[in-house]
Amino acid sequence: MAKQILLNNIDVPGLASYEVYRKLGGYSSVEKTLKNYTPDEVTAEVKKSGLRGRGGAGFPAGMKWGFIDKSTDNPRYFVCNFDESEPGTFKDRHIGQLNPHQLIEGMILGSYALGARTSYIYIRGELFYVLQIIEKAIDEAYRNGFLGENILGSGYSLDLHCHPGAGAYICGEETALIESLEGKRGNPRIKPPFPAIIGLYNCPTVVNNVETIANLPWIMNNGADAYAAIGIGNSKGTKLISACGHINKPGIYEIELGLPVEEFIYSDEYCGGILNGKKLKAVVAGGSSVPVLPAELILRTANGEPRLMSYESLSDGGFQSGTMLGSGGFIVMDETTCIVKNLLTFSRFYHHESCGQCSPCREGTGWIEKILHRIESGKGSMKDIDLLADIAKHIEGNTICPLGDAAAWPVASAIRHFREEFEDHIKLQRCPLSK
Amino acid sequence: MQSNTNNTEFNSETLALVNLIINRYPQGKQKSAILPVLHIAQAENNGWLSAETMDYVASLLEIQPIEVYEVASFYSMFNLQPVGNCMIEVCQTGPCWLKGSEEILAHFEKRLGIKPGETTPDGKFSLKTVECLAACGNAPVIQVGTEYHEKITIEKADKLLNKWQAENKCSHTNPYL
Repeated sequence: MAKQILLNNIDVPGLASYEVYRKLGGYSSVEKTLKNYTPDEVTAEVKKSGLRGRGGAGFPAGMKWGFIDKSTDNPRYFVCNFDESEPGTFKDRHIGQLNPHQLIEGMILGSYALGARTSYIYIRGELFYVLQIIEKAIDEAYRNGFLGENILGSGYSLDLHCHPGAGAYICGEETALIESLEGKRGNPRIKPPFPAIIGLYNCPTVVNNVETIANLPWIMNNGADAYAAIGIGNSKGTKLISACGHINKPGIYEIELGLPVEEFIYSDEYCGGILNGKKLKAVVAGGSSVPVLPAELILRTANGEPRLMSYESLSDGGFQSGTMLGSGGFIVMDETTCIVKNLLTFSRFYHHESCGQCSPCREGTGWIEKILHRIESGKGSMKDIDLLADIAKHIEGNTICPLGDAAAWPVASAIRHFREEFEDHIKLQRCPLSK
Repeated sequence: MQSNTNNTEFNSETLALVNLIINRYPQGKQKSAILPVLHIAQAENNGWLSAETMDYVASLLEIQPIEVYEVASFYSMFNLQPVGNCMIEVCQTGPCWLKGSEEILAHFEKRLGIKPGETTPDGKFSLKTVECLAACGNAPVIQVGTEYHEKITIEKADKLLNKWQAENKCSHTNPYL
């Protein structure tokens, strides 16, 4: 059942070229859509499909499109968020590098639905070599009449450009991305107003993740009902999971939402079990921001039900015993991993990436890194553990953008589930797991 | 070689590229081109942005120099101090750490005799730690210019370093070319 929408042709040699992509049926959704659907009908179809944003938040994509203000003559913009930077997440690079035309095809569909005449793909600056691949594919799409003036004689015209970032995780937050695209520092904006009303250059704008957009051709080709038939509950379709850490087969897997976590970790079709036959200790299931779960809670919910790879099942139990599907960045840790040290690397990351606008995040992320460093190096005291939890609590919900939450949740969850390991560091005055 | 000289003026070919990029944004929104143009300017100025280089970018985009400074100082890919000819960037975030990035960093430090943030006395290499490069499945990962090198081992690091030393590797090339 896997590999049915996003990765079904990923192994075909030369897929990044227009010729190969086209031979495999590429761009047929554009032909069909521009001929048979009005823009609002495309939005309705995406709404009906149940597709949710694949960048991490899981917000229904069609609903987001529905908020766009079409009441004025202002230009409207469709922007692809290719600022993939959430630790553990490396799925969008896979699409951009190997199947850029699928992204471009999705960009055309989304732009048409929203009435955008100019669209941008904002790609993190480190991935310049992927930007080059996409720009080449964009040139091919222009040459073959799928971009530019009067696409396929439909009267609809679209220009599409790539825009590089320059090293700032925060620009994955959509309003920071918009600021960055306007040539400014990536400081998130206060919302409301949301970008659908006031976005890029103060015009109505929708920002969607690469994977979300790459789903659109399949949805328009096969229909919303076919898409909604895949998956489970409110988790429709498939999801790319980028799996890394202590597993036998790290990589990018397209799974049908609803796959048991246990099968994902241990089946040879996916992660292939834990590296070197070691025991599973913990998993960060949806990118570094989501709560870490110990082995027993990632495999089964607190009620003893098998945990599934879906928005609902992964969050079952709330933050007390659950986590989130997030971006699908699946980080696996074996029994030898120090939870404190792993958390320290995450907290250093958030401290480095905080834009500095909001005091709780700017100051709090630095304090957290410092205290964790103290504990990891054997100089912590017992009260440091509660201090960490307290700082995390005071960051959460008190910042303009979700980076504050993203910095707080890993800390709170590590203490919640692995408090003893923090205490051991303090009692032994060293890391109990360091070699 | 490490250099403090400023090669601020772009040649006509680079200027044509800059104009092409500026035209991707609406009339009057040429400030949007700041990140791509800074990437180009940094590559042309031996891998770093001097005040003169940033002033030149400001003049190209018809904006105030301060607007360039505040952007250049925000994004971690821009270097505001001179760097070596070949900058080696080592990812240190969780997934790379799980797969041994600390050993890789220590090995580069030992081979080059420098710490992150430093440049070898001959100006050939700089070492930098970076946060997640989004290639965690092939951890540990390092970046040199626009190249990613993945699944790095000590042996692989040695091989690369020997090669870069032999060919006098420069990591500052115009990323659009």
